[in-house]
Amino acid sequence: MQAQTEQTEFGYNSKIEGDVVLTTVDAALAWFRKNSVWPMPMGLACCAIELMASGASRYDISRFGSEVMRFSPRQSDCMIVAGTVTYKMAGSLKRIWDQMVEPKWCIAMGACASTGGMYRSYAVLQGVDNIVPVDVYISGCPPRPEAVLDALMKIQEKIGKQPILQNTVAAKLLNLSEK
Amino acid sequence: MKVGDAQKIAEVCRAAKSLGFNYLVDICSMDNYGDDPRWTVVYHLRNIVTGAEIRFKTDVSEEKSELPSVIGVWRTANWHEREVFDMMGLRFTGHPDLRRILMWEGYPHHPLRKDFPLAGKPTDLPGVAFTRVTPMEGGPFVTIAGGNDSIAREPRVRNPED
Repeated sequence: MQAQTEQTEFGYNSKIEGDVVLTTVDAALAWFRKNSVWPMPMGLACCAIELMASGASRYDISRFGSEVMRFSPRQSDCMIVAGTVTYKMAGSLKRIWDQMVEPKWCIAMGACASTGGMYRSYAVLQGVDNIVPVDVYISGCPPRPEAVLDALMKIQEKIGKQPILQNTVAAKLLNLSEK
Repeated sequence: MKVGDAQKIAEVCRAAKSLGFNYLVDICSMDNYGDDPRWTVVYHLRNIVTGAEIRFKTDVSEEKSELPSVIGVWRTANWHEREVFDMMGLRFTGHPDLRRILMWEGYPHHPLRKDFPLAGKPTDLPGVAFTRVTPMEGGPFVTIAGGNDSIAREPRVRNPED
């Protein structure tokens, strides 16, 4: 089982000898990735309005690199599920998640997407994490745009720590990744 | 407010439309669970010019569970009748496209009947959709009236008092 190495943006990872160059390239690549997370707004209900607000000029989401809200799953990095997920919509949502290209992350925005919210009924999926793997949950009904930006920052932290080149085929061939 | 015979509802509605009630506001249905004509279908009509409203109620028994569609009178009844079919299971004869509108096709139950639990029943249509029973955690979260503060009024868990 390969251990995920934590890394910082500055400095070396001293655990891996001779791996200095790859680690900092990883850190640079991770920095590029995390500062250009293009969200895919799965805006289903009222939380979508707060998502629009966080994309508008006052709580600008493009300050953090999410310059555009790409509605196409092929062109986006992070799916923000904003709103109540019904069982009927869950099929389409899973399909769009499957169409998104790796690497992808998911933010469950609001109470309904995280746990089903106040809708405990026959028609509402109790939490979108039943069908997609969620990275960050935002609570609130609806959450303030600042909470959405905070979640985006947490995703950025998570992306900043992901090893990228260490997991490639070339690195494994050169025996440069940790075993 | 009138109660009519279910089979004549289309003619009654046509007559009402000719009297000036040209706007169908809503078609809804009631489940009289335990009473003999189990379904009651309610039509709300409105006269846009004068603002007068009228309500028709017809009873349909459970064995029949069918009544004529009023699509010939107002085309908007299409979706209202589909919703009644989806939620209650009442069929409308003469409806061109009677299929489910809120739940997905192939869903086996009719959710707004009184013998259907709020938490839902588990179903599985592989490749289409699924449902699970919802954890209710102490019943529907209704508030208790007249508490001193909002903590007393909105309990975190409320056991349904019978």
